[in-house]
Amino acid sequence: MSDIWVVVEERDGRVSRISWEAVSAGQKLAALTGLAVNAVVIGAQTEALASEVAAKALGKVVRVEHPLLAAYTADGFTLALQQFIEAEKPDYVVFPHTYQVRDYAPKLAARLGQVLIGDVTGFGEGPVFVRQLMQGRLNGSYRHSGNGPCFVSVQAGAFRADEVQLGTAAVSAFTPAIEPAQIRTKPSERFRGAAQTVDLGSAQLIVGVGRGIKDPANIPIAQELATALGAELGASRPICDNGWLPMERQIGSSGQTISPKLYLAVGISGAIQHLVGIKGSQCVVAINKDPDAPIFEVADYGIVGDLMEIVPALTEALKAAKQ
Amino acid sequence: MKIIVAIKQVPERDAQVRINAEAKWIEESGLQYALNESDAYALEEALQLKEKHGGEVVVLTAGPERVGPTIREALAKGADRAIYIDCADLGSRDALGVAKLLAAAVKPENPDLILTGLQSDDLGLGQTGVILAELLGLPHSSLILHVEKTDTGLTVKRELEEGWFRTIELPLPAVLTIQSGGNKLRYATLMGIKRAKTKEVRTVTATELAVDSTPVAVLERVTLPQKQKSTQILPGNPKEAAAALVEKLKFEARVL
Repeated sequence: MSDIWVVVEERDGRVSRISWEAVSAGQKLAALTGLAVNAVVIGAQTEALASEVAAKALGKVVRVEHPLLAAYTADGFTLALQQFIEAEKPDYVVFPHTYQVRDYAPKLAARLGQVLIGDVTGFGEGPVFVRQLMQGRLNGSYRHSGNGPCFVSVQAGAFRADEVQLGTAAVSAFTPAIEPAQIRTKPSERFRGAAQTVDLGSAQLIVGVGRGIKDPANIPIAQELATALGAELGASRPICDNGWLPMERQIGSSGQTISPKLYLAVGISGAIQHLVGIKGSQCVVAINKDPDAPIFEVADYGIVGDLMEIVPALTEALKAAKQ
Repeated sequence: MKIIVAIKQVPERDAQVRINAEAKWIEESGLQYALNESDAYALEEALQLKEKHGGEVVVLTAGPERVGPTIREALAKGADRAIYIDCADLGSRDALGVAKLLAAAVKPENPDLILTGLQSDDLGLGQTGVILAELLGLPHSSLILHVEKTDTGLTVKRELEEGWFRTIELPLPAVLTIQSGGNKLRYATLMGIKRAKTKEVRTVTATELAVDSTPVAVLERVTLPQKQKSTQILPGNPKEAAAALVEKLKFEARVL
């Protein structure tokens, strides 16, 4: 069999949004290559998930089910999918690029002598798969060479969940052989970090601070801008890592996802982990000294220069405009 | 505990990068290099574990000759010794190829724990540590913010998306990939820098390790990203640019 298989993940009992994006990518890859596209769901109880996926334009949906897959472990998921892939011999395996996939897909690929082409933002004839390099400053086009399946994971937001084609797929089951002793790690239930008292998710105006601020002593100039604007103050990961602002103000894949009317990014270069968190912003303004910073790829307006001069000037201009 | 920390030297964060003439990678001449950020956190975690439980911290890196200062930096911060894999063509190997090199160098060391950063700031693959675990037949966990040694192994805190975490128990030996931000990074002291000069750096060549270097995932071409939006850059001095931006936000974007 030579097909495309999309590995679908759940979130709170439903197919996750990024999994639909992966299905969308799989359908587009099928159109490009002329191959059939199928999906696989994995877990201890996958019936509900499988029936959700089976309502899409897919050839088959397979439930890879085993009691030892109730909680995610890299060992369990790798073993189960290894057996499934060895049985199906797919040409392509497409994953959503989640923290879970990052934990096991490289292992699974390596076990089969392959290498995951991870965090893909698009693909074209060949096929060649495009992913970002140098923190988003450059793109790299990758080709899979050699025999065996090509493993690809797609970046959040790179493909559109609302473009998934509808249809009906036949559902079947696959039972992997897993022994308890083969699972070496023991996960606990997930938990939240610090109390989330700052809800950036529903804020309409947000000022984000990044590394360009250079020193914690300079945070107040960003705070003054936020105050003049009536905005919440957020930050990119390094600012929170350094303890310059609390973790609960972190914007990005490991922090909060925002969708404000206006997002003003101050000294933020625009690493992909940050950009996925701001995708829903209606209007993005970037202030940065580097005109090639990736943040300008997504910004509507930009000012290139020293934020230590520009931010106070902007604060003054906003105050003047209010009078 | 004997801990190996796999680190990578990458172009400095603020470096101006240009695509090279073959459009296969970046122009390396004139670039400044630094220790990869999350690898610095992996080293910090290793040093703290050694301070608590004793043992040895060995740094491991592969690359061309220019990685020397990065090895010295790690030794100055407190690593006991280093293993350097002399590999001029590191950039043409894929994540599996690099992990094979590291695995071959790690094996005779029989460490209790292997740490590495969660991803490199240049290629950003985030796979090397996970593949290394697979090649060595060891359990692993990725995106780790906190490590605690227990009687039976380790308890680690793994980062999930959107502010969630998970605690995971795993036996030793094991491989962990470390997320940045879990600890506060130390600086090298003058004494540390002095002592680093006398610490052992064992060099092994990639040829001696005799692993397959043919990539499965081939980087064919490097290009500039296409802009998703056409950004209006507001010119002028800070005051002029700020006034122009406020006008635009009020009357064009209508978000104020």
